[in-house]
Amino acid sequence: MGELGQGSRLMAETFTTWRRFTPAQSALRFAGRLALVVAVAWSAAGMGIRWEFIADSPAQVADLFRRMFPPDWGFTGELVSPLVQTINIATLGTVAAVLLSVPVAFLAARNTTFNRGTYALGRVMMSVSRSVDSLIWALIFTIVVGPGSLAGALALAVRSIGFVSKLFAEGIEEIDRGQVEAVTATGAGRLAVLVFGIVPQIRPVFAGVCIYRWDINIRESTVLGIVGAGGIGFVLNNAILGLEWSRVGLILVVILGVVAVSEALSATVRKRVT
Amino acid sequence: MRAGAWRPPSPFPAPWVGTVLWLALAAFLAWNVWSLQVDPARVARGLSRIGIVFGRAFPPEFGQWSLLVEGVVESLQMATLSTALGVVLGIPIAVMAARNIVPSPVYVTGRGIITLARTFHEIIVAIIFVKAVGFGPFAGMLTLTVNSLGFFSKLLAEQVENIDRGQVEAVRATGAGRGGVLLFAVVPQVLPRIIGLTVYQWDIHLRQSTIIGIVGAGGIGTTLYNSFARYDFDFSLAILLVIVAIVLLGEAVSAVARKHID
Repeated sequence: MGELGQGSRLMAETFTTWRRFTPAQSALRFAGRLALVVAVAWSAAGMGIRWEFIADSPAQVADLFRRMFPPDWGFTGELVSPLVQTINIATLGTVAAVLLSVPVAFLAARNTTFNRGTYALGRVMMSVSRSVDSLIWALIFTIVVGPGSLAGALALAVRSIGFVSKLFAEGIEEIDRGQVEAVTATGAGRLAVLVFGIVPQIRPVFAGVCIYRWDINIRESTVLGIVGAGGIGFVLNNAILGLEWSRVGLILVVILGVVAVSEALSATVRKRVT
Repeated sequence: MRAGAWRPPSPFPAPWVGTVLWLALAAFLAWNVWSLQVDPARVARGLSRIGIVFGRAFPPEFGQWSLLVEGVVESLQMATLSTALGVVLGIPIAVMAARNIVPSPVYVTGRGIITLARTFHEIIVAIIFVKAVGFGPFAGMLTLTVNSLGFFSKLLAEQVENIDRGQVEAVRATGAGRGGVLLFAVVPQVLPRIIGLTVYQWDIHLRQSTIIGIVGAGGIGTTLYNSFARYDFDFSLAILLVIVAIVLLGEAVSAVARKHID
């Protein structure tokens, strides 16, 4: 009895206190959390917060909205042409991006690329395109081709390549090999295999991606004008610089409408094709 | 074609619908090209200047590295703090916007906040915050926080809507109240996703922090915009290279972290 009691007490001490982590793991988790807290505190310290500005901010924002409303409806007529330009920029940027993305996607898809070198090339093009924002591309293109819609369309085209070709490439990698083999078995050449074995499979993906990106580009093209790349953003920037807040209010309402319409359109079409 | 011959399946109800849609698309594109009004002379002049611009940009100039480091640090701080704030504010909003656990007036409010936060491009939000709290990284940080409320909360709300009902019912069966259900049935199911989304959101904020400086909201974008304005193209190229590097690095960190969690 005594011996057994001692044994079970020993067992209790060794085994029954269940711990999820070993002491080393716990220490590591604690260190991780501490690092997180330090990072956040360090970030907060770097904000250069001026409390008098913050105290003033509700009044500033209220003032801003008071000046914006009611919007200057009389200005609507002058917004038509910049708005058309915005849609042009987004549409042509998307078309150019799609045309440029097809070859990039075939290079960056594991099953259609030629070798490791071409695969890496495709991936690098994707990464560079995606890691620079469209506004920065727009800054660059306004320097090269001058301010205006063309710079905006080029910026969106270059920026969209990464996104579009990434999704294209994923679509290509996910095709059903069976259909490709079936077409090959009929004695078809490389081109025929591409046209009848691969293209029909990726068509819905391509269509969906194109429309999705067009929708994103409409949203982006509304602000490109801030750096001079045409569209409604240009008028917005002028109104802000001129402190014509009632016009700013109107422009924001218009942007809201355009973005909502393009989003709804894109959602409807994507539901039909995929 | 012979009647009854096989045709590939089509998304259109009748063949003519497809033709009409294609023609409409072609007309739309033609109209776009026609109304772009490109000035060929201006483009030609611009193209001839590409050489000059690139000639000045190469080699990239890292001499003003202290400005560069300052901008990168500011971007990192904006991204980190806004992500933290975004998580703290975003979790309650996500819970509010999950149809399966809250009454419908709360749901509508939650969705409303998310929609409002997603409405405007971050540049426009930044303009408003710069006006409200002045130039600098604080305005940028607030901009990114608003972005979190639109992105993080939306995705988290979707996760909460997709949780396993069984666990919720099991906890409820023990007599737990709303708080207990939330804490012991909902949170454990979405916790890994919260961490994954947080890392992803940080990565996105790092990208966005590179542009909102254009309107004065701090970060490396301010440094970049100034260098363009001063025609310091060699410094601009250096900044661009650094931006590409930190964005790719952020993406890699986020990808590795998310792979560990899932």
